[in-house]
Parts: sequence; structure tokens; C-alpha cells
Amino acid sequence: MKNAIAVAGVVVKELYRRKDFYVLFIVTVLICLVMASVNIYDDAHIARYLKEISLLLIWISSLVIAITTTARQIPAERENRTLIPLLAKPLSRTELVAGKFLGCWLACGLTLLCFYVFFGALAASREHHWPLENYVQAALMHWCLLGIVVSMSLLGSLVFAAPSSNSTICAVVVTGILFVARHLDQVAVTRPEPFRTVAYIFYYALPHLEFYDLRDLIIHDWPPVEWKYVSLAGLYGAFYMAVFVIGACLVFRRKAVN
Amino acid sequence: MASIRTTILLAIALLVACFGMAAHLGPEYLGWRGSRSRGDILNVVLGDSRRLFANQFFVKADEYYHSGYYPSMFDNRSAFQTAHIAADTGAVNSKNEGDEHGFLGPPRNWLDAFGRHFFPNRHTHLDEDSPDDLSGSEKVGEILPWLKLSADLDPDNVQTYTVTAYWLWSRMRNVAEANAVLHEGLRNCPRSYEILYEIGRLYQESYHDREGARNVWEQGVRYWLQLDPSITGGNRPIRELVADWITRPTNLAPAQSDDKLSMEQLSTHLAQLEENAGNLPRAIEWLEAAKKVSLTPEPLQDRINLLNSKLGQELNPLLKPLF
Repeated sequence: MKNAIAVAGVVVKELYRRKDFYVLFIVTVLICLVMASVNIYDDAHIARYLKEISLLLIWISSLVIAITTTARQIPAERENRTLIPLLAKPLSRTELVAGKFLGCWLACGLTLLCFYVFFGALAASREHHWPLENYVQAALMHWCLLGIVVSMSLLGSLVFAAPSSNSTICAVVVTGILFVARHLDQVAVTRPEPFRTVAYIFYYALPHLEFYDLRDLIIHDWPPVEWKYVSLAGLYGAFYMAVFVIGACLVFRRKAVN
Repeated sequence: MASIRTTILLAIALLVACFGMAAHLGPEYLGWRGSRSRGDILNVVLGDSRRLFANQFFVKADEYYHSGYYPSMFDNRSAFQTAHIAADTGAVNSKNEGDEHGFLGPPRNWLDAFGRHFFPNRHTHLDEDSPDDLSGSEKVGEILPWLKLSADLDPDNVQTYTVTAYWLWSRMRNVAEANAVLHEGLRNCPRSYEILYEIGRLYQESYHDREGARNVWEQGVRYWLQLDPSITGGNRPIRELVADWITRPTNLAPAQSDDKLSMEQLSTHLAQLEENAGNLPRAIEWLEAAKKVSLTPEPLQDRINLLNSKLGQELNPLLKPLF
């Protein structure tokens, strides 16, 4: 575990040395400030459109950071020929994968912290109140989703040939799940066999990432979700993270390192 | 090799030439229809395809009105065929049917039941703290950014202006902005009787300007009548035009048949205006016009009878000495 945490520390340092986060954060801030400066029929209290745009940018930025950061971890080690020296140390392959996952997930957590603090400040500037519990829930659920995405991307980085293809496939799959997964059973009912069974298998097997999307509740000032449901969603997410990380460990064990 | 002086003179000459050229071409470029410096960013980026997105943003405004509780393309949308923000204005024929509260239906399975805790799952309206309580009217402004965007994307869509003005005026009491929106709409859609109807309401109810309201409503009736290509007479008084139209057979032009509601609203409002002014014969004329397009002519006929009897009572003392 100590070794995995050391690897994770390196990954986190890599994130704040790279420009990706800074660029996305600054772009998000600039776009939000420009949108905030728009005069909507002389009403300074209109805030929901701003919250929606801000959260959309935060989601896009965080997904880009999670997928691209994770997708290049192991391929970059291999390309730079640092993988063999790394594994020559008292560090097992499982620890390396676990460390990479942990590092990427923590790095995503740090970026989310910055983004949500900015979002809270922006929303408070218009609404003059700060529903902290809602924001904490939204950030935690978002972080949980990013954990699933990071683990999926880590597995993909060991299966697919290049980081670019892995990133593209992960982005398409995550977007597809977010938009369609909730309705796959409705689609299945209207289809003939064997498509119906296939759709149902996907419906139950795919991680339902839409559970973690609390944006509508935040934007429209709904009361917070009961914590027992948030906890259950956390457990559901932890299960998928474990499945993908274990899958990555198994694939990496059989993979040639050179 | 040229001297430094020659080089400097050449540079100055080039600078002057550039400045002259820019000064000559600049105004022409600004006046050119294809100039991108005149249009807004959406126009430059999307071109005419922006109209495709306008309806999406109008629906988005309706989604905001329901605080995010809105059917997706996979759900039962029968109760949301007409945007509620438009239907509530009373100026649109609503096609909605079915249960707007429960379009999700009962949970289909355990995943669906669990997932419903994480998105808005209850029907509410932005301006209602409860079904009979409109105390949340100031919150309704949240729909406005999307309506503004929709109007920017499709400036020829009359409904966007009338709906925006309705919410600005009737719920937010922002008369000046509502007036500005309607006049912007009128600039973009100059023959829109729907916009004229709303402007008339604004004049009458907010500015108490009866003459102004009468003028714009009568102009609205004129434009509605002229939907029928066989009706001409741009300079004829509106009373004559309407009197001619009432005596015609009931066949309406297709465009008129599609929008009888507007004519009914314009005519009934004009009738009310004339009645309040004590001009009962003109009020009866307008009610006759409204009756011709109304789906429920009986109440209008009752009102005509009432006004006729009133008119009789008014005339009796004048006529008695003659007989």
C-alpha cells in the first residue's frame, strides 16, 4: 500500500506540473465571467443559466482531465522506458496499477475542489446564499463518477494500442452512458429479440453514470438527496471501480513490459 | 543602395496608402450585407442553421419553468406537446393531453427506482410555491435567458416575443422591458397581429392608453384579414373592411383558419374597449366579428343580445317623443 501511495504522489505532482488543468480552469472561468456579464432584461438575480453553463464546463473539463491523464500513464512509462526500472524496485505490478488509479483519482479530486469552489463563489455572487450540503453532495458524486471513469480509462490504456484511441473510446462510452443508459430498458421493450436481450444485458451491466449527475438538482435549487442514497451510489460506484481496477491488474500481469 | 531618408519616405508613403485604402474600404465593408462585423457571434458561427437550435432553447425555457422535471425523448411527451410557458399565456392553442405530473410512470425496475432519487422527480412550476400560490413569481425570470437566446437565433419566430413579453409583464411586472421586447419583435416581424395584440394589452392595462390600444388592435385585425389574399384595401377604414368581411361567406383563407384564436382575441378586446367607452354599436360589430371565428359563439351571441337590449334602453327615451 505504501508503494502504491508513493506512485499516486508522483501522479498528483505530474498533474500540477502539466498545463492541462490550468488551461481548462482559466477557459471555464473566462467563459463563465463573460456569460455572467450578459444583461438579461435588467434582472441581476437570474442565476440558473449561469450555474448550468458553469457546471457543464466543469463536467467537460473534469472528464477531459480524468480520461487524458489516466490514458497516458502506463503507455508513457513504457515509451519513456521508465517502466522496467520502476518494476525493478520493490513494487509489484498490482501496486503500480493501484497507485496509478489512486493518483489519477486524487488528482481529479483536487481539480474538482478548485472547480466547485469557483462554482460556489459564482453562484453565491448571484443568489446570495450557499447551499453547502448540496454542493458537497454534487462534488462527492462527481468525484465518484470520475473514479469509475479513471478506472475504465486505466483498463483501456492496457487494452488499446495508443492513448489517443483509448481516450476517444472512453469519451464516447462515457458520453453514451450519460445520455442513453437510463433509457436502455425503454428502448429494449420496443425491440424484437435478440436485440431486446442485448439491450437489457447492457442496461444491467453498464455502470449507470447518470446517478452521479446531480446538476439538475443543483441548478434548480432542489433539496439535497438523502445521504443513504448517496452512500448507496458510492457503494455502487466502488463496485465498478474495483471491477475495472482488478481487470486492469489482471491484464497488466500478462502484458510484456518492454 | 537606397539612403535611410528614401526608406523612411517610402515607409511613410506606404503607411499613407494603407490608411487611405482602409478609410475607403472600411465604410463599404460595414455596409456590405455579407459583412461579419455586423452580425452577432451566433450568426457568424451558425449562419441560417441557428434557427434549428432556436426551438431547442425555447423548450429549454419550458424545462426551467418546470425546474428540470421534463420528459426526455424516450418518455411520454403527450402532456408537453405545447410548451407550458406558451400555453399559459392564453395566446396559443394547447395540444397537451394526459398527465403532466406522472410522465415517468411507475418505476420500471430497481435501477430506475434508485435513479429517480438523483434528478428532479416532482412536477412543479417555477412561479408556484404551491398550485394556488403565485408568490414565487420573481423566480420565473430564470426562463428569460433561454427565451432571449431563442429570439436571437430565430428572430422571425413571433411566439418567442409574445411569450417573453407575457412573462416579463404579467408575472415580473417589468413593463418597460416587455414593451421593448414586443417592439423588437415588431421590427423583425412587421405584420404580426399576435405581437400587435400583446402591445395593445400592454398599452391598455399598463399605460391605460385606450387610443393606443385601439390603434394597434385595429391594425392587428387589418393584418389578420389581409391573410386572405382576396381582401385588399390597405387604406380603407377598418370598420368598412370588417363589415365587408362579416357579410362574406364563412369560408376563411387557410392561414386564417389556422389562427382563428388571434382574431377572436383581437375582436373581443376591441369590443370590450368600445363597450367601456360607451360605443355600443361598434362593440356589437366587433362581437359579430369575433363570433364568426369563435369555436364557442353562444356566449358571444348572449353578449350581443345584452348589448342590443342596453342599446334599446338607451335609445328608447330619445325615440319616444317621435312616436
